[in-house]
Amino acid sequence: MTGVSDLSNPAERQAIDRAHVSAVETCALTKRFESLVAVNELTFSFPRGSIFGLLGPNGAGKSTLIKMLTTLLPPSEGTAFVAGFDIVRSPREVRRRIGYVSQMLSADGDLTGYENLLISAKLYGIPRSERARRIAEALEFMDLSQAAGKLVKHYSGGMIRRLEIAQSMLHRPSVLFLDEPTVGLDPFAKLAVWKHIRDLRREFNATIMMTTHDMLEADDLCETIAFMHQGKIAAIGSPADLKAAMGPQASLGDVFIHYTGAGISEGGDLQDVARTRRTSQRLG
Amino acid sequence: MWHAHDVPANVSGSTRAGLGYARQTLAVAEADIRKLIHDPVELLTRMVQPVLWLLIFGQVFTRTRAIPTGGISYLDFMAPGVLAQSVLFGAIFYGISLIWERDLGIVHKFLVSPAARSSLVLGRAISSTARSLCQMVLVYVLALLLRIHLHFSVAALIGVAAAVIFGSAVFSTFSLIAACIVKSRERFMGIGQVLTMPLFFASNAIYPLSLMPGWLQGLARVNPLTYQVDALRSLMIVGGSTSFGLALDFAFLAAALAILVAIATRLYPKIIT
Repeated sequence: MTGVSDLSNPAERQAIDRAHVSAVETCALTKRFESLVAVNELTFSFPRGSIFGLLGPNGAGKSTLIKMLTTLLPPSEGTAFVAGFDIVRSPREVRRRIGYVSQMLSADGDLTGYENLLISAKLYGIPRSERARRIAEALEFMDLSQAAGKLVKHYSGGMIRRLEIAQSMLHRPSVLFLDEPTVGLDPFAKLAVWKHIRDLRREFNATIMMTTHDMLEADDLCETIAFMHQGKIAAIGSPADLKAAMGPQASLGDVFIHYTGAGISEGGDLQDVARTRRTSQRLG
Repeated sequence: MWHAHDVPANVSGSTRAGLGYARQTLAVAEADIRKLIHDPVELLTRMVQPVLWLLIFGQVFTRTRAIPTGGISYLDFMAPGVLAQSVLFGAIFYGISLIWERDLGIVHKFLVSPAARSSLVLGRAISSTARSLCQMVLVYVLALLLRIHLHFSVAALIGVAAAVIFGSAVFSTFSLIAACIVKSRERFMGIGQVLTMPLFFASNAIYPLSLMPGWLQGLARVNPLTYQVDALRSLMIVGGSTSFGLALDFAFLAAALAILVAIATRLYPKIIT
């Protein structure tokens, strides 16, 4: 858990009790954009300390779901509890306890790696006496110590993603949200990011919720996978169970096609494509 | 939470919260100021406009003697207007950086942090004032070269800096609101052009209110730029006077800022939708 908890506060005690059971718990969570239902009465949960993968075709509602869970978007109906706190009633409490790496590149290219981490440390209230040590540890953990003084716009794509993960973990969040963390990366950079995600989980017992289009990534990293289709969860389970239910030779790709009805992805709307291309372009 | 360790244990909860709020606000400003230090070219390009106004427009209009300036030269009269104008022109386009950072994903990082929405808005306003204070130094240097009669007392300089800070914060927050509403760079540039000239000409920056027709005076009296120029004119120029009084000038600017920050705080999270 993050920081010091006030156990005399009943709301905080209740949140801790809830968080002991589930890292994330949604209750009929719904998001509508005019007539479009992006997320449709979603109810699911996953336990602390696990890596949870959210898969589905473009437009399935994955990013909208993550945006609601990280309090970037208010739900139209229903609610969710993240690290024990209600995203509607206590959004700032949720924000104190989560880390988020967006699909786009959120590290500031016009600042150095060190400065990006320093600003995050200040925003999250990490005390001055701990800042330097925490930043140095984060840089070392992500193999970025040598590049700390360089402007981020001169980093490689993999280095930027590692810096962003370092930023999102600096305040030791209870739940880390990764929205397509390896989109646009080459295979070597991808492997490095996977290694660091595994390390984070092992070293800090972090709970991670990630979206991805990469079946190999999901199979390799996630203990639980949910397939989203048209705003609902079409199937949920461990990669092994999901594959076994399809047949002895089935791959996660077969499960994907079975539950989402999608073959070759149509690629989402103009905004999705523009965002992905922009990210890929920045990653070089 | 973590910031509890930043202050002594005997400090009250509200003081602690206030310190946390101040630290988060300054962190937002610091990010932008560090970027400016890495690449100060923007400050150089901002020098062009005040130079043109004072050297060309000011010199020519000083010779015409057509504008009543209350016993001071026209160049002295317009120097505070040019300072206010350069602050306005810089601040009114500040919102485009929010749209740019939204497109890059940087805004998302700030919005998922525990910083209050109002501290994100105020932090941006503060970073805009850092740019404007640099412009103030430039206009003072230029004014000295043109032998404009400037007040150099500490009180006057602090007063001028305060007027620059308030003006910059007001117009950059106004710009932030426009960015949150229009959301695209192309539309924002159009809106910025539309807003700048009416704000400038419906003010006392380059001519006194007494020269304006009644309807324009009415507009000028609700324009924050008028109050900023009024304060600057009395604080900056030897022999300069205020039409409304410094108390009203600063009260108007503070009220405008409070209202704009409240609106921007509501709109800020909508920039990503």
